[in-house]
Amino acid sequence: MANLYQLSSTSLDALFAALRADGRRILAPTDRDGHSELNPVQTPADVARDCMQTTLSAKGAVFPKVEQLLGYRLAPGQVQLADPERRAEPTVLFGIRPCEAAGFQALDAVFNWDTRDAFFNARMANLAVIAMSCTRSDEACFCTSVGGGPGATGGSDILLTPTAGGYLAEVLSDRGRAIQALAPELFSPAPADAHKADLLAQVPVAFDQPALTAKLPALFDSPLWEEQSLRCLGCGACAFVCPTCVCFDIQEEGDKQGGRRLRTWDACGFSQFTLHASGHNPRPTQAARWRQRVYHKFSIYPDRYGQLGCVGCGKCTRACPVDMNLREHLLQASQAQR
Amino acid sequence: MSDTNASNLYLPHLMRIAAITDEAPGVRTFRLEFVDPAAADAFSYHTGQFGLYSAFGEGESTFCIASSPTRKGYIECTFREVGRVTAGLADKEVGDIVGFRGPYGNTFPIEDWQGRNLLFITGGIALPPLRSVICNCLDLREQFGDITIVYGARTVNDLVYKAELQAWQERPDVNLVLTVDPGGEAPGWTGKVGFVPPVVEQLAPSPDHTIALVCGPPIMIKLTMPILARLGFAPSSIFTTLENRMKCGLGKCGRCNTGKSYVCKDGPVYTLEQLGQLPAEY
Repeated sequence: MANLYQLSSTSLDALFAALRADGRRILAPTDRDGHSELNPVQTPADVARDCMQTTLSAKGAVFPKVEQLLGYRLAPGQVQLADPERRAEPTVLFGIRPCEAAGFQALDAVFNWDTRDAFFNARMANLAVIAMSCTRSDEACFCTSVGGGPGATGGSDILLTPTAGGYLAEVLSDRGRAIQALAPELFSPAPADAHKADLLAQVPVAFDQPALTAKLPALFDSPLWEEQSLRCLGCGACAFVCPTCVCFDIQEEGDKQGGRRLRTWDACGFSQFTLHASGHNPRPTQAARWRQRVYHKFSIYPDRYGQLGCVGCGKCTRACPVDMNLREHLLQASQAQR
Repeated sequence: MSDTNASNLYLPHLMRIAAITDEAPGVRTFRLEFVDPAAADAFSYHTGQFGLYSAFGEGESTFCIASSPTRKGYIECTFREVGRVTAGLADKEVGDIVGFRGPYGNTFPIEDWQGRNLLFITGGIALPPLRSVICNCLDLREQFGDITIVYGARTVNDLVYKAELQAWQERPDVNLVLTVDPGGEAPGWTGKVGFVPPVVEQLAPSPDHTIALVCGPPIMIKLTMPILARLGFAPSSIFTTLENRMKCGLGKCGRCNTGKSYVCKDGPVYTLEQLGQLPAEY
């Protein structure tokens, strides 16, 4: 492979220095209070050593939990609007997993399928992803069931795969090549006997996704959704940690003098998500809301955007306070007769 | 990069309130005019479309455009005061500024209805979306056959657009049937007393060359549809407009969908035939 290189483990220091010298912020997994989260880092020593997955996804780098859509000043009979600057600090995401890198494609599908969302696009335009292949997985992982894999390249500009003495580096895009060009001496040709596949975690395929997607329209009235969601608290943690969940709210923060309009993360599991002003709710039960979550990702996305709204990262399963397991629930749905 | 300065989809137009009409208890109509003449010139819409209306400091809410595109220079919206945004709007006075994003969504295909009879069936605060169609069709009156409007409200006082109802009542080319719920009548009430579905059943409109437009509270729609079916209306000849909760109006925020259909993009106007293919999540 012409784009396959190797990096020594010590060369990351020079790579980080080159990225910072180029004016880029580096976000990488860091340890905090027993879990990992993405934070700005200066050197590879700041990066969490033993992080399989961060708790929150990387989507916040391009779709922040809260962002301002507009501001305004008010005077009697007058409104002065302020269109906020599209903030887009050049950013490198380092060490996120291939599943999360793939998640950006699902976000892009929603933000740009029709009209183009300038806030999202400004951040995406200034983002580069140096992802890290997985050498281990856990029982929540199911990337290989949804078209990904522990060494999948989709959404990454450079993909690193750990080896005994460093990393195999696949340079996958123009943005990846631009990073390589910042420190070309660090990238040496990969040895001829480098076999990436031997270095990766084994993630068995858990369920037949095409069969599931084909079956979902007929399962709409299945008792399955109520059975699976009986313990669901409607807390929305699954949506907040998800790399592809894009559903948002628009909220106001203002008074008589002025204020701002904000876009915030939202969750289809919240009972008020679809509540009408009249009190009518099209999804009045947690079962209907859980069904929407599954259908949005595995039926509506494929139908509208030609791709799934799930990357199999398992973050929702790890975050769920009542141990709902998406992989198991999808397996059950894929095998359901009614 | 090229997108960095691309336009902000969420930036509303500023609109000045040109007139306010008190329609019913808690229900108001605003007539809105663009503050920016260039925005006014660039603006056009079709009947059935909706928008996001802002009370700055409170937020945005989704309402239909209740006026007809045949009447230029302004749009109208009618809302009931039920929450934070509508309370903020209700505080406004003539001359105040509100925000508007739109028009969004699909339209009633009135150009396909030439020569057809039109039957409007509606209740309460659901008249505004159909009022846009009614005014549009009345402004093109020669293009349509008989026009029948069945409109009900809880009480006489809750009927909206009272002046317009009076004008439609007086037109020889409109058959307006007004009804109020039992107990909602007032001294001098000359309309019917009863819920909308049985009034429709009693009226027994012919389905021949007729388009039915039904918009009302879910229970009214639920009980009216079987009556229309019994009368022989084909599902493809019955139109309604859904009003699911929305935030963006742009097919992104993820809450208005009914199955695969995004009400903000593929709707809000649907035929009963189309609704029959969607899960009943509306």
